[in-house]
Amino acid sequence: MDPILLLEQAFNGLQFGLMLFLLAAGLTLVFGIMDMINLAHGSLYMVGAYLIAAITAATGSYWWGLCFGVLGAAVFGALLEVSILRHFYQRDHLSQVLGTFAILMMCNEGVRLIWGAQPVPLSTPDSLAGPVELFPGFFYSSFSLFIIGVGLLVALLMYLLITRTRLGMQIRAGAANREMAMAMGVNVQRLFTAVFAVGAALCGIAGGMLGPILAVQVGMGESILIVAFVVIVIGGIGSIRGAFLGALIVGVMDTAGRTFMPMLFAHLMSPEAAANAAPAVASILIYLLMATVLFFKPRGLFPTHG
Amino acid sequence: MTNAKHSSPSILDHSLHWRWAVPLLIALAALPLIAVALGGDFYITLASRILIFALAATSLNFILGFGGMVSFGHAAFIGLGAYTVAIAMQEGMVNAWIAWPLAMVVSGVFALVIGAISLRTQGVYFIMITLAFAQMLYFLVVSLKAYGGDDGLSMAGRSFVAPGLDLARDRDFYYVTLALVSASVWGVARLLNARFGHTLQAIRENEVRMIAIGFPVYRFKLVAFTLAGALAGLAGALMANLGGFVSPSLMQWSQSGMLMIMVILGGVGYLYGGLLGAVFFLLLEELLSHYTIHWQLGLGAVLLLVVLVAPNGLASLVARKKGAAHG
Repeated sequence: MDPILLLEQAFNGLQFGLMLFLLAAGLTLVFGIMDMINLAHGSLYMVGAYLIAAITAATGSYWWGLCFGVLGAAVFGALLEVSILRHFYQRDHLSQVLGTFAILMMCNEGVRLIWGAQPVPLSTPDSLAGPVELFPGFFYSSFSLFIIGVGLLVALLMYLLITRTRLGMQIRAGAANREMAMAMGVNVQRLFTAVFAVGAALCGIAGGMLGPILAVQVGMGESILIVAFVVIVIGGIGSIRGAFLGALIVGVMDTAGRTFMPMLFAHLMSPEAAANAAPAVASILIYLLMATVLFFKPRGLFPTHG
Repeated sequence: MTNAKHSSPSILDHSLHWRWAVPLLIALAALPLIAVALGGDFYITLASRILIFALAATSLNFILGFGGMVSFGHAAFIGLGAYTVAIAMQEGMVNAWIAWPLAMVVSGVFALVIGAISLRTQGVYFIMITLAFAQMLYFLVVSLKAYGGDDGLSMAGRSFVAPGLDLARDRDFYYVTLALVSASVWGVARLLNARFGHTLQAIRENEVRMIAIGFPVYRFKLVAFTLAGALAGLAGALMANLGGFVSPSLMQWSQSGMLMIMVILGGVGYLYGGLLGAVFFLLLEELLSHYTIHWQLGLGAVLLLVVLVAPNGLASLVARKKGAAHG
């Protein structure tokens, strides 16, 4: 097999995996600490992407857009937590599903109301438009490299935040044993708002990174939300390390499946049958992975609580 | 997740309440006449659609509300039923007496297999594994190019039930749907008030204890899951006939989510929960979409309000009033 192609796919997988991690990190913290199913998490990603697109269009600079869009997403997340989501912590999972689904609907419609039903343009900044030659014969998109860099940097910052700061300590305590953390005097309310703001900011970053590659449109949050849920379930709910490794596994596996399945199938069957079956099997892969993981390790790969 | 605390006389009492059921049935039977008087077959079709969703939501409520199994893949069984009927028709089988039971069998068998694997997990993991299987089936159907793939599959017509009964006439279709949905709701009520239903609800309340006193808990849950799958298959068969068209979007996860929303909205663990939820959700959608293209904003706001005001769904409001009257 072509080593260049293999390397390229590894980079693509890493890129997708890191972006998934940004989404999964906030989702798993909210899930792990507050035991809350938040279907509106994808909406933060969407709102972030729209804000970035709008500010980029207004200022003419992607960097200003990214900067203030992420900030805006964080503020939006915090406001959502303070105004609505807070009322759902003490409720059962089903109420949370209904409540956050309602928020998801309203976010979708609100965005459609403000920006219209058509996708909003957001392109890569000129400075990162072209490919770079990583070593002789291997060209790779500089924007994708930038995404990988940002993803790794954010993952590192998250790691430092979680392991080295007071806030991180409280988050870890909350994820491991919420009641005990509350009993030990953690300011739960402030912690929850902070976690939400951080999660929303991460969503915003992912929105700004993936926006130019995929599309900034209504409903962009839903499909990726399901994948993010798959990631945190594979990784083990509440575990940041699990989310990170789960995201990389899912990202690489999904990317590799989409590239190599058609090749594999082309060897095994008629071209027509392969063209039909390969994409379906590639899409199924991550769900198959999740079902397999849950079958053997019902609490995910890196469960947080004993 | 349970409704042990609402104030009806017994949490195991899920009778049809003939006092309400009979007038409701009469009203539903008279509905086509009223609709024609109001000027349109449109309302008959809408009512058929609501009834079909009521059936689907009731089948989900059966396992979710009474068995405590939060299945996030229920749309898969609806889609399987719909595709069974559509494919059967493409292959020349138009007889509903064969195609519809076949749809139930196909959905039931898939539910049996998926349930057998999924029921090993619990809680959030059960939600996710049922979602996983539904997604796999969804992508499988997308790849079925022989039967339309992405684009879906158009049906030549509606199934044949009996001479003199033409499903292509919206009114006839409505009455067949009404009969099937009523019979299903009656059957579910019978089952819930029987030993099987009581065992199921006991498992929901305390699974460990039921295992400890020797009930084959896994088998009970699996049977319930399979039955619910078969009922969803029937709903799918009707849905395929209503639209004359099936597509993978029937099986999308958002469809499963919408069914779950209907159940939660109507009342988890209330016999009429699925029905109420489907009626409320679809009517509200219909109504709001008449006034504005941004109806989802209003629908979302109403859903949010309902979940904040009526934590156990709309049916709990009725039950609470009834309880107050009794007390």
